[in-house]
Amino acid sequence: MAKGESVAGTDIPPGGFVQLLTPDGERIDSVTAADGTTYSVDFTDEEYRELYRDLVTVRRLDTEAVALQRQGELGIWASLLGQEAAQVGSGRALRPQDMAFPTYREHGVLYCRGIDPIMPFGLFRGVDQGGWDANEFKFNQYTIVIGSQTLHATGYAMGVTMDGKTGSADGEAVIAYFGDGATSQGEVNEAFVWSGVFNSPIVFFCQNNQYAISEPLERQTRVPLYQRAGGYGFPGIRVDGNDVLATFAVTRAALDNARNGQGPTLIEAYTYRMGAHTSSDDPTRYRISSEVESWKAKDPISRLRAFLSKQKIAKKDFFAEVDETANKKALDLRERVLAMPDPEPVTLFDHVYPNGSPELDAQRDAFTRYQASFEGSGH
Amino acid sequence: MITLGKALNHGLRRAMEDDPKVVIMGEDVGKLGGVFRITDALQKDFGENRVIDTPLAEAGIVGTAVGLAIRGFRPVCEIQFDGFVFPAYNQIVAQVAKMHYRSKGKLRLPITIRIPFGGGIGAVEHHSESPEAYFAHTAGLKVVTCSNPADAYTMIQQAIASDDPVIFFEPKRRYWEKGEVDLDAPLSGAFPLHSARVARPGSDATLLAYGPMVRVALDAASAAAEDGRELEVIDLRSLSPIDYPVLFESVRRTGRAVVVHEAPGNVGLGAEIAARITEECFYSLEAPVLRVTGYDIPYPAARVEEEYLPDLDRVLDAVDRSFGW
Repeated sequence: MAKGESVAGTDIPPGGFVQLLTPDGERIDSVTAADGTTYSVDFTDEEYRELYRDLVTVRRLDTEAVALQRQGELGIWASLLGQEAAQVGSGRALRPQDMAFPTYREHGVLYCRGIDPIMPFGLFRGVDQGGWDANEFKFNQYTIVIGSQTLHATGYAMGVTMDGKTGSADGEAVIAYFGDGATSQGEVNEAFVWSGVFNSPIVFFCQNNQYAISEPLERQTRVPLYQRAGGYGFPGIRVDGNDVLATFAVTRAALDNARNGQGPTLIEAYTYRMGAHTSSDDPTRYRISSEVESWKAKDPISRLRAFLSKQKIAKKDFFAEVDETANKKALDLRERVLAMPDPEPVTLFDHVYPNGSPELDAQRDAFTRYQASFEGSGH
Repeated sequence: MITLGKALNHGLRRAMEDDPKVVIMGEDVGKLGGVFRITDALQKDFGENRVIDTPLAEAGIVGTAVGLAIRGFRPVCEIQFDGFVFPAYNQIVAQVAKMHYRSKGKLRLPITIRIPFGGGIGAVEHHSESPEAYFAHTAGLKVVTCSNPADAYTMIQQAIASDDPVIFFEPKRRYWEKGEVDLDAPLSGAFPLHSARVARPGSDATLLAYGPMVRVALDAASAAAEDGRELEVIDLRSLSPIDYPVLFESVRRTGRAVVVHEAPGNVGLGAEIAARITEECFYSLEAPVLRVTGYDIPYPAARVEEEYLPDLDRVLDAVDRSFGW
């Protein structure tokens, strides 16, 4: 796949990928893919610096979350370590009117949508199940059951078409996030079928982080994931998921195609999960340290930093300031997470049905009376 | 006089006229009008964007309905037969039922999922099942069923108008039964969706039935009346929630209750109803609450389904047992 393949020493997967920034921080002006599409970015210096700030910030917040989990303040955490470029690149390519459907690891996309980073912590701390307003932020609930959200995104995209919001440069587009493991799910297959058949304005963004908990990519597929798209009648493209510039360029192009009425695209962001699947598993049981080390050399942040330095877009004091600001945000987040109150017990019964239910009302009343019976009894 | 199937068709049409956000989706619902013709002519009149012939994928039908609902539409999904709902089960139980709760009330999914259910039409396997207990067990769903054309007409409109996700079971063996329907009656004056109805008043025992078994219970009550027993027949209509006050009032008055359903008895709705009546009406009962249900087997082959389905004789036998206590 064009220039990406010619870069030496980068372990490019067979079939290549779109890359605009090498692991050493060398900039590739543009890449023309096999279908003739040319990918490039045209950022100002300030925009480059802000992208770097995003990457550092989401990593720093994630690091804080991992620490909070280890300290017993979160029940579980799904770390994005290593996937910052895939998430920030795609997240920053979204326009305000676009709708995103995440899995449970898209903290970086959530951050790019302008949502208070504390929002997912209710879910992982166990004080709620993630109650932000999907329509307000154009970012749906986290979805735990693998692949289910791809169908929700597909239906939403059908609705965009039915509302007449496609077919122009300012149309709406939808993006559905999922991982390599999800591609084995029947529902993801159905989402591909539907989107192809209805030519829906959707981008399927697969973060291939190489493992579904412990199972390697070879347990999910015999062919590169992006190649599956052809069978459903829409284009598939693979991008270096550790390259924030290429990820941005490829996602922006796919979203624009969608909003212009040209239908779906499957993007395979080729990346690596540096940490555990969640804080509950032990990756040393299923992968070797040399593999992890080789991916460390492709780190999304260090390569952008190298580029910014070489191009004199940013200097040491900028990097120090970014680190310091991210640190402050993380410490602020920590304080707020620790201060998250447990919900009032009686709220158990809230929001089961929009207009309530007589049976549940009776159970709530009984629960309230039972709770009240302990008052003053020392319980 | 129109059939129950035609009443549903009229109800769907009126819901689509009343609210441009109502869309119908399913396999063969468009040109064919559905395999039971319940959506007959709707695509012709409302277009392909509002009556959507979908790919053959049940999870997709319900999963995309979730996205459409988030977008502000009011989808009505048709599952072609009861036994085909299970590929969509994950979407219904894990997503449709829980999203309002998970989002702390921020999202509403006003989705209606229509499922023709039950046996008695001589169909092959997977076409005659009664999966209502699976859905009634799931918080966040409302589960209803109709037993006559008049209810079919109003209840389908109420289900679509409701902000709750509603599983709407249609008694397929009753699709061709006729009844009076006032097509001009305003929905606002209709009997509430989640209410049970006394289908036949009586004083000696209470028969509790829903969907296709209401007809069987009414026939049993007519036969019992010839022997001098006045059976009250209650059509549950709503299976989740169940309108218990109506049940309790009746059983306290008659002192005897027999629950009738086609689904297997084990962990079925009859067990729940019997338990609740026992808890609430213990001192009024003259006999244990009895159940007449399908057997605990997979739905059998068509040539022996009459042995499986509760019929008038089995219901009367249970009534006799109740009186013999």
